[in-house]
Amino acid sequence: MSVLLLSLSLPAHAEKITIAAAADLKFALDEMIAAFPLNPSTDEVAVTYGSSGKFFTQIQQGAPFDLYFSADIALPRTLAKNGFAASDVTPYAVGRLVLWSAHRDAAKMTLASLTDPQITRIAIANPQHAPYGQRAEEALRAADVWPQIAPKLVYGENIAQAAQFVQTGNAQVGLIALSLALSPPLASQGGYWLIPDTLHQPLEQGFIITRRAANSALAHRFADYLRTPSARAVLARYGFALPGEAVVK
Amino acid sequence: MFLTPGDLEALWLTARLAGCVTLILLVLGTPIAWWLARSEAWWKGPVTAVVALPLVLPPSVLGFYLLLAMGPQGVVGQLTQALGIASLPFTFGGLVVASVCYSLPFMVQPLQTAFESLGERPLEVAATLRASPLDAFFSVAIPLARPGFITAMVLTFAHTVGEFGVVLMIGGNLPGITRVASVQIYDHVEALDYLQAHRLAAVMLLFSFVALLVLYTWRRPQKMGGMT
Repeated sequence: MSVLLLSLSLPAHAEKITIAAAADLKFALDEMIAAFPLNPSTDEVAVTYGSSGKFFTQIQQGAPFDLYFSADIALPRTLAKNGFAASDVTPYAVGRLVLWSAHRDAAKMTLASLTDPQITRIAIANPQHAPYGQRAEEALRAADVWPQIAPKLVYGENIAQAAQFVQTGNAQVGLIALSLALSPPLASQGGYWLIPDTLHQPLEQGFIITRRAANSALAHRFADYLRTPSARAVLARYGFALPGEAVVK
Repeated sequence: MFLTPGDLEALWLTARLAGCVTLILLVLGTPIAWWLARSEAWWKGPVTAVVALPLVLPPSVLGFYLLLAMGPQGVVGQLTQALGIASLPFTFGGLVVASVCYSLPFMVQPLQTAFESLGERPLEVAATLRASPLDAFFSVAIPLARPGFITAMVLTFAHTVGEFGVVLMIGGNLPGITRVASVQIYDHVEALDYLQAHRLAAVMLLFSFVALLVLYTWRRPQKMGGMT
């Protein structure tokens, strides 16, 4: 009985949304959610970070996610085509790939430095399914170092695990997301070198509101919020290029 | 072809890993189980708890600590570097070390139970026949505890085959070196290749079922034989 009274006493518009987001968004999206104006006593925004491919599968199997932020816009496009979206596929950012090390100054390195015999382990995200891994492989092939460095590569489940391999010193260097290299835990260490975007396909990222959130006012409000200058400023601060703007060089 | 070359490579790697781990744990686990079965020392309790830890710890806890410990700044990493071995994560040796930790209770616990159920009698009889303790252990205790050894080895092998979380955290997903079958299935699913995931998963399902079936049908006549 008391439970019933409690639920009746809540305002009718109390809402909760759950977001599934690519691992490269971890720090930027956390900041945007913290700055998102919502009624903290009634509304709640929860977020899960992981690999875009895993969330793609889970949403098709009916996972309770209201918004899906993929690191590869092709995945939400496929979901939308198959009827899992309640919105257009919205491009929200273009990711950048960097060379990063925790213990040496990667700013002084280039992809050619990876052939140095002192470097025995290079971490990238798994190119089989992680968008950043696919772009890393493209860049390494375009720079003509792939054959020499392929035996040194280790594969993270997603871009965050690749960064973790480097941070723990188990790999000396990694090709990770600029957004992670600029994040508070990593920014103080090592340094990064921006990989020229001419070496790989763009990391165009997109999101959708999922079908289950079609009637969620909060989900739509969050999607609108991403178009505001303050949300865009956070993305820009984490090194993302914004849709409709020139890519950072 | 039903399985891809990558799948076959992963299966072969998994079998080698589980085989190595089973043999190592047979050598390491037998004295531990023997001691646990017979000791009355006060620190038997803490040792039993440490042995059982992998049963209750999430693989992510083991994987996290192993990644830190085996890295260049970690305790194990410093030791391996002093010995002239490169660091253990992303190597087959690293997987073996991790799996030995992870599968330890699956070897020790069945052996401990088997040794405990022997009781004192057979060893006392052996002693009156002037068998040294070591002789009594090898010619009396081990043959009598045979069903326990079979259970322990099958469970250790099968459990190592089923390992996923730890290898995902320290393996680096290297084909032929650390990409075991469970990780290969995960990759198929992530890459949205459900057909191939199905095929390899079915092989794993069949293997696990057969292993347990053999275990349970083998054990019954053994027990009856021991009693007659």
